[in-house]
Amino acid sequence: MIFKTVQTTGTQSRFNEAIAHIVLMSYTLFCLFPIILIVINSFKTKRGIFNEPLQFPNFKTFSLDGYHTVLTQGNFGLYFFNSISVTTVSIVLIILLGSMAAYALSEYRFIGNSLLSLYFAIGIMIPIRLGTIAILKLVVSLKLINTLSALILVYIAQGLPLAIFILNEFMRTISSEIKDAARVDGLSEMSIFFKIIVPIMRPSIATVMVFSMIPIWNDLWFPLILASGDKVKTITLGAQQFMGQYVTDWTSILAVLSLAIFPVLLLYMLFSKQIIRGITAGSVK
Amino acid sequence: MNNKRKYILLFLAPAFCIYTLFMVYPLVESIRLSFFKTVNNGDLIFVGWANFEKMLTDPLWYNQFLNGLKNNFYFFFIHMIIQNPLGLLFASLISMRFLRASNFYRTMLFLPTLLSFVLVGFIWKLIISPLWGITENFLIFFGLGDWFQPWLGLPETALVTVALISVWQFIGIPMMLFYAALINIPDEIIDAGYCDGLSGWSIFWKIKIPLLFPTIGIISILTFVGNFNAFDLIYVMQGAIAGPAFSTDILGTFFYRTFFGFQLQPGDPNLGAVLASMMFFIILTGVCIYLFLIQTRFKRYQL
Repeated sequence: MIFKTVQTTGTQSRFNEAIAHIVLMSYTLFCLFPIILIVINSFKTKRGIFNEPLQFPNFKTFSLDGYHTVLTQGNFGLYFFNSISVTTVSIVLIILLGSMAAYALSEYRFIGNSLLSLYFAIGIMIPIRLGTIAILKLVVSLKLINTLSALILVYIAQGLPLAIFILNEFMRTISSEIKDAARVDGLSEMSIFFKIIVPIMRPSIATVMVFSMIPIWNDLWFPLILASGDKVKTITLGAQQFMGQYVTDWTSILAVLSLAIFPVLLLYMLFSKQIIRGITAGSVK
Repeated sequence: MNNKRKYILLFLAPAFCIYTLFMVYPLVESIRLSFFKTVNNGDLIFVGWANFEKMLTDPLWYNQFLNGLKNNFYFFFIHMIIQNPLGLLFASLISMRFLRASNFYRTMLFLPTLLSFVLVGFIWKLIISPLWGITENFLIFFGLGDWFQPWLGLPETALVTVALISVWQFIGIPMMLFYAALINIPDEIIDAGYCDGLSGWSIFWKIKIPLLFPTIGIISILTFVGNFNAFDLIYVMQGAIAGPAFSTDILGTFFYRTFFGFQLQPGDPNLGAVLASMMFFIILTGVCIYLFLIQTRFKRYQL
């Protein structure tokens, strides 16, 4: 009886698998098509873009004019550098400060411990943008308006709640024997944290990194409000404003889009395993 | 003992200070500001509920607020009926046992989520633009040429179009969360179902879906918070005025316009604060409904 059921599901599953492939493949094409379309057309002349949008560029339609305009007219190198610095510094500090706080919350029993955990957890659900008006006032009074530091501080505040939550959950699973053994060996609390806890935490640190990185890199709201000066623009804001100005210059717009896709794609290829693992591990809990 | 206290302070203080100063304080201060009025010399005057009254009774503001709220619920509705069921469908297909290339599909379906709003907005704006004609020619090829319209330019279709583009961008998130939950269901339970003679279809509905209820709850609340906080995609595609004729205006874009002003209307930080407080209240209500009404009921299904 059992044998029979398994057999029927076996033949059925081949059919199901074919249908699954058809559905998934069609949707994959739907995900990729817009991206491919933009990239191939960015290498064409205006005539080529409009006359044969679905063709790969050939010797008649090939042109780098768009890239030329973008690289000579925009400050894209600087914007890109700004984005990289803001994202990197924010992520490093989110992870450092977040894991320190999570360690204190999970390791030590003290009055107000669970209340503090709850206090940090509120920030997971309530978007920081609702405080924008007061953030702008605060940033102005601290004389940080139009600086990258303003963005970094806001992004740290935005990223900490989820970081502390995930790291705290994970730290509770580390056995206390390891830490007690280290204490007997005379290690200070600081060195226990940095030499023992942090290395064990690597997988969940990767999770936090991925979760915090995407919204920071892609944010438009805070750069628009706190740092819109030309020297401190991020790539997201820079691209948005460039495209607003060159709204009819299709070759340049397509070139900007392609240039902006490239770093994300590169990052994705480097981290894709980590991203998938991070997301599945984070939610499995 | 004293030593321990020193370390608690040392480990907690930096995170606590930054979080309090840049997140909790601004939220509280925004709510406080909504009860004040800024006069010409920059001083604040306490006005009680007057700002709220203005927002909820003055037709100039009231109509915009109601329109934004309505559109926001519609935006959320589209995500709930399209993004999340499709995410579940793809996750179930990808998590099928013995499916080849499942890693590849997972990676590809998650790709749009990584692109920024600016990229997604402009890419789709170009693709469905009547000027370029890509979409139109596509529809003509399938004999559906009559269907084509300048979707983003028509008040009746603009909001759906933007919502669907947002679905395209974010479908990876529910897909991934459903996937994680699905692969976590023990094989024995599924096998037991097959042995009892259940079809794949009824296994899905009678075993997997009940076990997925907690995940469905989490995804719904994440979608809710995300949608009521949305701004970027609409700003990129339709501008701060959320045209045509405010048909794509949601609370986020209305908040931005109220605070910063646009065209002839000057910005008003206090009315902006009122909107922020109301959005805060709406999101909080949603989160509380989830925490106290929905989540507690799912507990018994946990494995």
